[in-house]
Amino acid sequence: MPKREDIQSVLLLGSGPIVIGQACEFDYSGTQAVRALKEEGYRVILVNSNPATIMTDPDLADATYVEPLTPEWVERVIEAERPDALLPTMGGQVGLNVSLDLYDSGTLEKYGVELIGADARAIRLAEDREQFATAMRRIGLEVPHGGFAHSLEEALAVAEETSFPAIIRPSFTLGGTGGGIAYNRDEFEQAARTGLEASPIGEILIDKSVIGWKEYELEVMRDHADNVVIVCSIENFDAMGVHTGDSITVAPAMTLSDAEYQVMRDASIACIREIGVAAGGCNIQFAVNPQNGEMLVIEMNPRVSRSSALASKATGFPIARIGAKVAVGYRLDELPNAITRETPASFEPVLDYVVVKVPRFAFEKFPSADPILGVQMKAVGEVMAIGRTFKEAWMKGFGSLENGRAGWEYGATPGDDGLTADDDESLLAALRRPTADRAFQVKRALANGLSVEQVSEVSHIDPWFIEQLSELVTAESCYASLAEPTREATWEMKRLGFSDELLGKLRDETAAAVRERRWGWGMHPSYKMVDTCAGEFPAATPYLYSTYEEENESVRSDRRKVVVLGSGPNRIGQGVEFDYCCVSAAFALAEEGFETIMVNSNPETVSTDFDVSDKLYFEPLTLENVLEIVQLEQPEGVVVQMGGQTPLKLASKLHEMGVPILGTSVDAIDRAEDRERFEALARELEIDQPPNGLAVSEAQAIEVAQRIGYPVLVRPSYVLGGRAMEIVYDEESLEDYFERAIRASPEHPVLIDSFLEDAFEADVDAVADGEDVVVGGVMQHIEDAGIHSGDSACVVPPYLLRDEHVEQMRQRTRALAQALGVVGLINVQFAVKDGVVYVLEVNPRASRTVPYLSKATGNPLARLAARCMVGRRLKEFELKADDEFQGVAVKESVFPFDKLPGVDALLGPEMRSTGEVMGIADSFGLAMAKAQVAAGNPLPMSGRIVVTVHEQDKPNVTPIVRRFHELGFEIWATSGTARYLRARGIPARPVLKVHEGRPHIVDHLISGEIDLLINTPLGKHAQFDDYEIRRAAIQRGVPYTTTLSAASALCDAVIALRHRKLQVLSLQERARRGEMAEV
Amino acid sequence: MLEDGSAFPGRLAGAEGELALGEVVFNTSLAGYQEILTDPSYAGQIVTMTAPLIGNYGVTPEDDEAARPWVAGLVVRELSPKYSNWRAQTSLQEYLKEHGIACIEGVDTRRLTRHIRSEGAMRCGIGPEELGVDEILERVNQHPPMTGLDLTNVVTTREVYKVPAKGIARFRVAVYDFGVKRRSLGLLAGHGCSLTVYPSTTPAEVALDGAPDGVFLSNGPGDPAAVPGVMELIESLAAKEIPVFGICLGHQVVSRGFGAETFKLLYGHRGGNHPVHNLASRRVEITSQNHGFAVRSEGEGVPGAPDLRATHVNLNDGTLEGVRHRELPVFAVQYHPESAPGPHDSRYLFDEFVRLMGERRPA
Repeated sequence: MPKREDIQSVLLLGSGPIVIGQACEFDYSGTQAVRALKEEGYRVILVNSNPATIMTDPDLADATYVEPLTPEWVERVIEAERPDALLPTMGGQVGLNVSLDLYDSGTLEKYGVELIGADARAIRLAEDREQFATAMRRIGLEVPHGGFAHSLEEALAVAEETSFPAIIRPSFTLGGTGGGIAYNRDEFEQAARTGLEASPIGEILIDKSVIGWKEYELEVMRDHADNVVIVCSIENFDAMGVHTGDSITVAPAMTLSDAEYQVMRDASIACIREIGVAAGGCNIQFAVNPQNGEMLVIEMNPRVSRSSALASKATGFPIARIGAKVAVGYRLDELPNAITRETPASFEPVLDYVVVKVPRFAFEKFPSADPILGVQMKAVGEVMAIGRTFKEAWMKGFGSLENGRAGWEYGATPGDDGLTADDDESLLAALRRPTADRAFQVKRALANGLSVEQVSEVSHIDPWFIEQLSELVTAESCYASLAEPTREATWEMKRLGFSDELLGKLRDETAAAVRERRWGWGMHPSYKMVDTCAGEFPAATPYLYSTYEEENESVRSDRRKVVVLGSGPNRIGQGVEFDYCCVSAAFALAEEGFETIMVNSNPETVSTDFDVSDKLYFEPLTLENVLEIVQLEQPEGVVVQMGGQTPLKLASKLHEMGVPILGTSVDAIDRAEDRERFEALARELEIDQPPNGLAVSEAQAIEVAQRIGYPVLVRPSYVLGGRAMEIVYDEESLEDYFERAIRASPEHPVLIDSFLEDAFEADVDAVADGEDVVVGGVMQHIEDAGIHSGDSACVVPPYLLRDEHVEQMRQRTRALAQALGVVGLINVQFAVKDGVVYVLEVNPRASRTVPYLSKATGNPLARLAARCMVGRRLKEFELKADDEFQGVAVKESVFPFDKLPGVDALLGPEMRSTGEVMGIADSFGLAMAKAQVAAGNPLPMSGRIVVTVHEQDKPNVTPIVRRFHELGFEIWATSGTARYLRARGIPARPVLKVHEGRPHIVDHLISGEIDLLINTPLGKHAQFDDYEIRRAAIQRGVPYTTTLSAASALCDAVIALRHRKLQVLSLQERARRGEMAEV
Repeated sequence: MLEDGSAFPGRLAGAEGELALGEVVFNTSLAGYQEILTDPSYAGQIVTMTAPLIGNYGVTPEDDEAARPWVAGLVVRELSPKYSNWRAQTSLQEYLKEHGIACIEGVDTRRLTRHIRSEGAMRCGIGPEELGVDEILERVNQHPPMTGLDLTNVVTTREVYKVPAKGIARFRVAVYDFGVKRRSLGLLAGHGCSLTVYPSTTPAEVALDGAPDGVFLSNGPGDPAAVPGVMELIESLAAKEIPVFGICLGHQVVSRGFGAETFKLLYGHRGGNHPVHNLASRRVEITSQNHGFAVRSEGEGVPGAPDLRATHVNLNDGTLEGVRHRELPVFAVQYHPESAPGPHDSRYLFDEFVRLMGERRPA
């Protein structure tokens, strides 16, 4: 069965903004699918609202729509493009849900669009937990006993039978959103209510608790001829009860005998057949009772997933790529294994190494969030490490996390590891509860002398894993007590995965000393290939990992080559946008004739797809690992400016070791980041900066703040995403802050800037070749100063800035780039206050906004930058000026507040968004409307608005509220605000604040009587009232805004939508229009 | 130490004592080490597991394929000192020591695998360094090579024995034990066959005396060309027009019996992930494999055996994986449908055998 000739065009849906539970793994899958379908000659139409993705690069699909992923908007795309088929399985839960909605509403039938890969029946069968349970019982498989409920009463009836603890899972949600574990009736009622609300169909499943059972996943592929293969088995380190996205996971399964594995394999095959996924991949989760082997099917995802991305990287079997090909009719045996190229894809990969995935959390950003891990995912990213043994992979995994620890080492104090004390009793108590710190607590427990059995019993982690970890702890203490770190001992420790830095710490040496000694012995890692077949066949694709063994398989070619350093695990402040830049660089450098060598540790990314670069090293981004690769490969240079802070932090050390850095020099980077050197530069260029100072002690900080005047913006130097950045209004708050900030970054001083209240902020990204500078665009922030630029919505071209200020920003960007000698990308942040343009920050590297700006304007900034780094000149390219493009593009941020109960939704200078969307249209209003819809903030067309604002905001909010009133909205306001508004002719009905009696504002929110909330708070220390109000809005999905400028923009958006102008336009078509306009 | 002089250092971890000698091969199965160790087809071979961690889930008597392990030695990257599985009774290391099986761990097994892949399966020895390189190499080279070696007489049963059918006995099956695995017997018995298991050199007349409904030719070790009495056996069975089902060595015996030629593969097929194309159903089966020799084929034909046609082909390298007689109820596969260890995709072949017997004598 070769590919289908009866379809010519395929519509593909992405997964929208990065949120917890749905991250860039879908960019990886979608990008593969786009490329796979293009190869076959199909016209590929893509819809994704996330501009930071690689898949939305206009070079990839034939028609790229950066439009909201809602049925309404996707229908417009279908109407415009008339695709023959829709592949629903590549865009995560969002893609799947939208596809199903379009099917149910008859839209697909109306336009003659066929669902390929998985049909509506299969999707529903897999996704609806009740139907799924019935289907599984039909084929003799057990699901956790329990039942379904559509109301609290039904739920309580089910709970009678399952007893507690019980697990509550809402149907049709992603990342376990709205799920929970209940240990008693009170918790159960609470969890059931949350779950019923979270489920789009108001259905929850109540499971018998299988907490403590072992958890496994199998990745399955099937084609139209009913050939089925298992791509990978995955075993969770953490037992059932922890979301698999939050679990440390291991591939292949470690503690299953073949007999047991085959039972699971048979069950998976029966499952995919019964559910009827005709052609594509799916993920099936199992729970196994460690006492007697009883096996239950937990769930099935009839689509690509985070696990399938991991499985693809773990095995070298590209699930999304093969999934796309079988969806258009190919049989597995007609497709080649992409790595061996000689053998077919109809096989089951075997591994001769072990893969460990470690999740990365962001609890440091959300100190008030509940740290206990459960059925709702909380991790924001992950790393994967490959080693020849579990121990080696484990050590490499923890060494990749970039969480301030050198690897799997416990913190300086018990508090660092989430403990109050480190006596046996406290440790055992802590180990019972799964948290992000548990792996470190296990190490403390073993080091304290607790037995493998004790640790395993309380944590429910399989004793095999704990035994492995105890071997590491023993090895450590043996090495530490050696008289001399001999060559043999060092070799054994390197084989166990210990980094030079950790070895150094064990014996009070520097990592450099360990490295020097090791190099003196000629002891280097060898690189082995991920080849899908455990060495049985030759591999054509160099996908490599390091280990300490006898044979090195990585052969240096004689081509000109460049190493690109990736961005490591996703975290808040560093996500898919940097992967976009790295991948762009790899593509551009390949076109320039270089062999491209990628180094990264993040399995979710496109950059770690083995066919994106010529050579892929799946390695931790540490100095040690990068140096070894550079030494082996001898590249002409290393690209450090594309992957965010991760590679940038390595730049100066690499430079010191004589490694050539491509593009902007290390000295220029330092000149931009070093406060004093930069000030000198600013003076020289006559550029204004807000009054500022630097403090290395608390006393000095107070002195500086007094000199420049409150409010001040304080932050540690060299940080990412505004970590620990705060606006401080008085001395007391400064004292309070200072202790916390010092801990955030001990080696660096604290920066103190005058905070420009009510200023407009803007970001500029530009490319320079050392002489010429091309400005990519000026992006105006919609929120006022004080909100982190990564959290603020922004718009290009600027809509409220004066032309002269915009021009000044362009000029200053050029001047700075030239003065610094930037070769590559530069980002400058500006603020405008009282007619003065201030420079807030200069970053001579790729910024978060590069992909958004590139999509908005059509200039591929990252690719241009990469070309400049290898000597090309900007003059050689025909580039449009940044103000010549057509349309308006609004970027809106997306926050994880709904996933992290207990966290305040108030924005500030510390970045907290996980992702972004873009709305692009011909008017600001429509672009804003699209951005809001895409970000999941449905805009009310009419209804009731509640206004509760800070005293000083009342004058400014009045005209906005008046517009809403004149548009026919009913206005409610808290008493003070209501009085103020009524005095100005706006009929505002007063509502009670929380402490004023009931029903109060939160009651109204919860009862669903409010359609939009405008709430501005009182500084950083928000009142309890404000907090309650915002949490209620988030829980009930009521759109809200905490700034006035955003409220005004929302009003524009409502007006745009009221005119029902649901216009869609592909990026390619927009670019063509731009060209037409020029002619 | 390999016969070509390559050395692969590691730590001895199994039974202590003499130099273990055999043909070194690799198996790519992720799990199933115990079934592999006890599979009589591995007699005379030193098995390298490409999966790096071996022993994790211990050893359980139910997973034995024979009463004892048959491998000549085991090579692994890391032997797990601790096992964790509810079924397990003992650790792999204890089991190896108890049964006198040599094991070397800490080896760069991927390097060894790649070496075997390019240079072929060859003789090797596992022993303590103290013996000296020259001594080991000499003894490795004195060890008989696999080609031309009949090992069925080593592993076959000495006595005829019976295995009762599970449930109602519908058919009588004569089993030729060239090194039969317990799982094959169990599956046949599970299909309602009462089994009589004969030593591999039993004359056909003796086996046919028991009036069986079908004959099962088992898997086994060594060079098929060296197995005695093959022509006579197949001739007699063909004359009777009795259903015959062969697996692995049994497949080679059937093929040679009808005139086909066998040859040694460079490094064989050993693992649980080999895709086999069923030419009739056009489906792909993921199969369990363990063979160092293969039957020569040409398209759908089998040179030298015009009566046979190819039914299954390996998708990796195009080698023959199954044959069927064009007229008689005789079929055989090179791979292991009983799959212990390995996937269960091909268990339908046992149904097919039973169907053929049923056609001749409705139960």
